[in-house]
Formats: sequence, C-alpha cells, structure tokens
Amino acid sequence: MSLAIRFSNVTRRFGAVTAVDDLSLEVPGGSITVLLGPNGAGKTTTVRLTTGALNSDAGVIEVLGLDPKTDGDEIRARSAVVPPKPALYDRLTGWDNLTFTAEIFGADPAAIRPAAERFGIDHALDLDVGGYSTGMRTRLALARAVLHDPEVLLLDEPTAGLDPESARAVLNLIRELAGRGRTIVLCTHLLHEAEGVADQVVLMAQGQARIVGSQEDLAGQFVTNPAVVIDAENRSSLDALRNHPDVVDAEWNGALHVRLTHLDKLPDVVALLVESGARITRVQPDNPTLETLYFEMQRSLRETA
Amino acid sequence: MRIDRMLTVARIDLRRLFKSKDYWIPMAFLAAVFFLGLPFMLLSIVTSTGSSDLVNKIGEVLQTLPGPVQENVVGDTPAARGAYMLAVYLLAPVAIVVPLTVSSAVGAHAIVGERERGTGEFLAHSPLTEREIFTGKLIASLVPGFAATAVGFGAYSLLVNLKVGPLVGGWFFPTPGWWILILWVVPPFIAMALAVILWVSSKVRSTAAAQQAATLVSLPVIFAAYGVSSGLLINPVLAAMAVGAVAWVLAVSGLVAGSRSLHRERLLGFGGDG
Repeated sequence: MSLAIRFSNVTRRFGAVTAVDDLSLEVPGGSITVLLGPNGAGKTTTVRLTTGALNSDAGVIEVLGLDPKTDGDEIRARSAVVPPKPALYDRLTGWDNLTFTAEIFGADPAAIRPAAERFGIDHALDLDVGGYSTGMRTRLALARAVLHDPEVLLLDEPTAGLDPESARAVLNLIRELAGRGRTIVLCTHLLHEAEGVADQVVLMAQGQARIVGSQEDLAGQFVTNPAVVIDAENRSSLDALRNHPDVVDAEWNGALHVRLTHLDKLPDVVALLVESGARITRVQPDNPTLETLYFEMQRSLRETA
Repeated sequence: MRIDRMLTVARIDLRRLFKSKDYWIPMAFLAAVFFLGLPFMLLSIVTSTGSSDLVNKIGEVLQTLPGPVQENVVGDTPAARGAYMLAVYLLAPVAIVVPLTVSSAVGAHAIVGERERGTGEFLAHSPLTEREIFTGKLIASLVPGFAATAVGFGAYSLLVNLKVGPLVGGWFFPTPGWWILILWVVPPFIAMALAVILWVSSKVRSTAAAQQAATLVSLPVIFAAYGVSSGLLINPVLAAMAVGAVAWVLAVSGLVAGSRSLHRERLLGFGGDG
C-alpha cells in the first residue's frame, strides 16, 4: 500500500513553543489513522502542516506524493479538513456555504443536495447557519468536506460537543470513505468514538509520534494481562478465582472482570469453576478498549521518561 | 490566479455584507446625509433666503475664489451664483469621504474578520491562493464604495439640478470637473486607502484593532482627497488627469504590496502583529 502522507523529522515552532518536534509519521493510502494525545500534543498542527496551511521549519512532508510547501494548492484541492469548530459563514444559508465550497474546490454543484441529504441537513439549507445547532453545523461541515470527494480527509476533533446521532454520522462517513479507498486521519480525544475504526493508532505527545501501531498490535504490546468477563447463575461460586495463581486480579462490574497471566490459562480457570459448582452463563474476551490502551500507553511513556 | 475563484470570494463577501443590516443601514444613512441631506439643507438656505446679509456674505466669498473659478460660476443673482458655487465646488469632497468610509469599514475586518469568525481556517485549508483571497476581499471592499459613489453621485446630481438648475438656466450638473473626479480620481484614492487597510487587516489580531488602524490610515487619505478634489474642480482637466494618474500608480503599487502581505498562516491566527 502506497503512502498518502509522510512526515520525516518535521519540526514546527511558534516562538519559544515547539508544537511539532522532529515528527516522523507515515499514513498508508486508504487507511484510517487515529491521532491520539492530550491537548497541545501537536495534532492540530500536524493537520495544518499536512495541507500546507502551515509551513514546517524543518523536515520533509509528502502528501499524495506532493510537497505542501510548493504544491499546497493541489494538495488542498484533493483533500478536506473538518476543523474542531466548523468554520462556517453564519450570515449565509447552508446552501450558500456549500455553493461557495463547491465553486472554490471545483466540485459539481449537483453534488450539493446529495451531500446535504447524506448528513440529514438538507431540510435546513435555506436557513442562515447562525441559527443552526452545534450538531447541524457539524453536519453541514461534513457535507462541505465531501463535496469534492477528497482523497485525504483530515478530521480534527470533529465529534466534540456533538449529539450521538451526529457523532455516528461522523463515524459512518469515516468508514464509508475508507471503504472507497480514501485516506482518513482522525484527531480525537473522545476515545470511545474512535473505537474499532482505526487501522493505525498514533499516540502523540509533545509534538512527536511516540507510539504507532494497529489497535491489536498495541494491545498485545501494552496490555500484558488479557482480560475476560465471566458470569454465573450462582455468582458466589466465582469467588473460587480469587486466589487462583493465574488470575492477576478480578473485580465486579456487572459481571466478574478477570485479568489472567496468559490467555492460555483460560480453559484451566473455567474448568476450576465448573468443578467448584459454578453454573457459568458467560465467558467472553474483554478486549482492551482504545481508552484502556491509551492510558496504558500513557503510563508506559511516563515510566520510560 | 484564477479569476473565477477570486470573484467567488468577492461575491460571497458581498452577499454576507448585504445580509448584514448592522453594516449597510448606517452606511446608507451616512451616504444619504452627505449626498442628500446636507446639500439639500445648505442649498435650501442659499436659494430660499430673503436675507440680504447672507446674500452679501456669499458675494464676498465668491470674490475670494480664484479668477478662473469666478468666471465659471453661473447665475444672474448672488443667490444663484452662491448656490452654483456650493453645488459644484464646496461639496465636492463629499464624493471622496463617503465612498472611502464605506469601503474602509468593509476592508478593515475583511481579513482579520475571517480569523475572528474561525472561517480563516476554512480558507487556509482551501485551494485558494493568498492572492485570490486578497483580491477577492479587495473587490468586495471596493464594490460598496463604488456603488455608494455611483448612487450618491446620481442622487446628488438630481438634487442640485432640481434645486439650483432653475436659478441658472437649466440642468448643469455634473460639470466636466466632476466627471473626472468621480471616474478618474476617486477610484484610485479608495483603492489606495484599501491597500493599506487590507494590509493592516492581515496583520492585526482583532477587528477592533483593524478598525482603529483603518481610521488612522483613512484620515490622511481623506484630507488629501479633500484638498485634491476641491482643487481639481477649480482647474479640472490637466491637473485632475495628472493627480489621478499619480493616484492610480500609488494605488496599484499599494495593492501589489498589500497582496503579498497575506499569508495563509495569518488566516489561522498566527503571525499577527497586533
């Protein structure tokens, strides 16, 4: 798979503050990459450097095989950014906002209404955007972003402050575009919303990509004790696990969440429970969520530091 | 630079402006006062006064004007000559002040306003070049000024012809000097001021700062234009052509320099000086 975006030792400073510090990062074409990290980690600057809205102080950036410094106009014509605040013209109608975008991106005006319908905002196109709710604004921004069918879509905290329906619209968009071979970069700190969508997870801190990998690989790397959820009709019987040598810890949270020394030990654990009279109703792998992974990675970084 | 995209930027700005009643209602009021209200009041006083003192004073003022001007003043009575002088010479600077005020009010927040609204982020990530954005903003700032000039000039012409025409033997306005002023001298002065104002707008961090700076920038241009426009009407053709030519050169130079001042990063809020 060819690379859609490549950062090689890229640095960007704002006065005394180094927002992106020797960042190296590769985003394969047609993939979904989720950039995680606290505020100030450099995610937004990375997005801005990608389109050439900001120039780097050092390093090499390549987007769709082009240099944002010299070919920024072409990169921007082939990509789209959904910023944290939708950046819409409040005194114009939704229709005017989309028409403006279609004209400057060279998109077919016939694409405007289908794009609005896709995000359920077509009923409000004749209204001034100033009267839109937060969710409606984000939906319009999403419709605007897909008007010209961008090859690279950069979403910078697009779900912040959204209602669940609008947040789902964002995630559906991501999945659909990725399914059509588009490259998606999603910056977020709402980890549960990015759950399961990422082909690649990047943990950014202090302007650097500190940890990069797929969610599965990172889970294997950072979550050393696999977890399972176990439940039984006679729950007291599950107390037999408390002192089991292969159980690292166990806690009730609707069911018993058990961390094992190794997943191979699960049959032994279940056998023990059956022998001790447990009538088991549920044994289910408890895969680490992105949130769990995030905090494990953060902990690992702190320990390394 | 793609002209269609530049015009799109201008059109969208003008559309926003047209929907901003808090902008155009005060501007329309200002134009109405300067092009219609004030001239109507002054011309009414001069043409309908029965006071011999006032007529004598107007006669004294006429005596102070340069010889060529006195020769051009039309009218058989002191009141008619006074009204003609007022209409042709004394109110000429209005033609500069109003459009300049109208345009600078738009230009002051043209670029910094994009930052403040957050829409600068959209423009920064768009394929528009900085030159296209700047020129589009410039056109959107010029159009209201030129429109104010055209409408105001038309209304003013109608007013003075109706008020003063019967006293001087028929419709007489616009005079050749006014045509040159409106078509050749006013436009570059507006463009010159806007070049500086847009440059300021791309530098500062807030609309308030841009408006203050725009006022400071506009004032000298207004004073210069005031003097020039008054003087040009006295000795119109050659002087007006020369002044207009110089103003155009300065305006174009200023616009070229101004267009280079806009950088994409500024649309995002970085690099402001204010």
